[in-house]
Amino acid sequence: MSYARLPGPAKARIVRMTVDGQPISAREGDTVATALLASGRLQVRRSAVSGTPRAPYCQMGVCFECLVAIDGVADRQACLVPVHDGMIVTTDRDER
Amino acid sequence: MTERGRDLVIVGAGPAGLSAAISARALGLDTLILDEQPSAGGQIYRNVQRVAERRPADLAFLGDDYARGGALVRKAVDIERRQGATVWHIGPMSGAEGRQVVWSEQGRARRVKTRAVLLATGAMERPVPIPGWTLPGVTTVGALQTVLKQAAVYPEGRVVLAGSGPLLMLLAAQYAGAGVQVDAILDTAPPGTMGKALPRLPLAALGAWRTILKGLKLRNAYGRGAREVWTGVTDIRAEGEDALQRVRFTDSSGRVREIEAATLALHEGVIPNAQLARLVGARHLWDDRQRCFRPVLDAFGASDAQGVFVAGDGGGILGAVSAELSGRVAAVAIAHALGIIVESERDLRTAADLDRLTGQRWLRLFLDAMFPPPDWIGRMADDATVCRCEEVRAADLRRVAPHAQGPNQLKAYTRAGMGPCQGRMCGNTVTEVLAEARGSTPGAVGYYRIRPPVKPVTIEELAALAD
Repeated sequence: MSYARLPGPAKARIVRMTVDGQPISAREGDTVATALLASGRLQVRRSAVSGTPRAPYCQMGVCFECLVAIDGVADRQACLVPVHDGMIVTTDRDER
Repeated sequence: MTERGRDLVIVGAGPAGLSAAISARALGLDTLILDEQPSAGGQIYRNVQRVAERRPADLAFLGDDYARGGALVRKAVDIERRQGATVWHIGPMSGAEGRQVVWSEQGRARRVKTRAVLLATGAMERPVPIPGWTLPGVTTVGALQTVLKQAAVYPEGRVVLAGSGPLLMLLAAQYAGAGVQVDAILDTAPPGTMGKALPRLPLAALGAWRTILKGLKLRNAYGRGAREVWTGVTDIRAEGEDALQRVRFTDSSGRVREIEAATLALHEGVIPNAQLARLVGARHLWDDRQRCFRPVLDAFGASDAQGVFVAGDGGGILGAVSAELSGRVAAVAIAHALGIIVESERDLRTAADLDRLTGQRWLRLFLDAMFPPPDWIGRMADDATVCRCEEVRAADLRRVAPHAQGPNQLKAYTRAGMGPCQGRMCGNTVTEVLAEARGSTPGAVGYYRIRPPVKPVTIEELAALAD
């Protein structure tokens, strides 16, 4: 796992969601991108042309590297979408 | 759906947008703020309200300047504001003065007519197109700071920060305060920058002494938290199979070195986030000192596009303090443009802020000399990817550069800039590579033509406009 969360008195509520069929718990206030990182997922898709692995890059809505399917809608920018209970995220789908 | 008309639509809820909104309200303007991010504050004050409420202890390492952003957000709290609202078109209005602003929010497109628009879209990090920068594990210094503010998330394993600029120093200090280990800092500032910057220090200190003091403190702390600090670094490459494994670079003595890394964060300063200013056809010029384009504005932030003003870093990089000042100035100028106040009142209300902006410009002259933008992007390695979306390499651009009239034709030849990010990540690089290849200047080469929608929109979202 390449990202972790700082210890500390986080009072944030736990948010339960599903990523590629697996249940994960995120925190209220997470974006989908930070929830994926904190759950140990770095690569979220493959590039459209050559199929090389890609991960969130800019975290602010500019680069479009973090495209995933969220609640059935393809190509959402994971870094711009806040998590919610019951959210279903699908990664690695050659999104574009 | 179409919303009721407004006097002013502000795009962006960072320091420029929020301070403009507060001033606009005081002047009686019916104002709507549209912001793409999940919460107000912009990148600099990202998530500040939640951090203050839920993890106040983190303010100790995020810093006083960050914490102070919370006051600005609170002050603007009752001004109508939509978060998660992505503006994708700003059009003219037929037969009337003013503008039509179109955006998507919660999967639906909306539009509003407005008498004036203020673009407060801030900055983005300059794309740093080194070989291997598309590998998972390679990210930016700003992105690491973003996930720290947003979710207290940090990279584990070996972390390398590479580049130069105040933001890199700030993150290194924040990580040190948070107890996050940085393994190496690769400082790319060329030797001798201090000597070039020093003559600009007196005026900078006069204009913004508090910032200079903070910078000195940062500079002293800088690198103390890192295991290794290399200065005068060049030719950084990210290497690995399916993810980053190694960073290769040339040290100041010319020796090639290699270090293991799980995370490499790049940073070479920030540039205006100018997509919307381009869209409305505002004239831009190439700023040689900051090596980026910026919209041409008058002293109050008016662009030459009818009814469109720009405040904050989107109008040229001046920092967060300036963003608040220029936001207030623009709001007053808009009130004047709409006939709400007379010229003498505009001048009276903006004089003090314009004065302080001058001091901030002196500070920026110093910072730009201290952290000069990279001069190698036009000469970047042939095998480095320029356009991440369409995977176009520098070599691909150079092959057709002699036959291309400019970036738009280059785009047609190579597909650079045609992917989902719509050229945000390659625009600056394409201009620099083309200028170098043609023996021309970036200003003469120009930039992509930006067309609506400036962010991808679904048919379902569009359908919501039919009302």
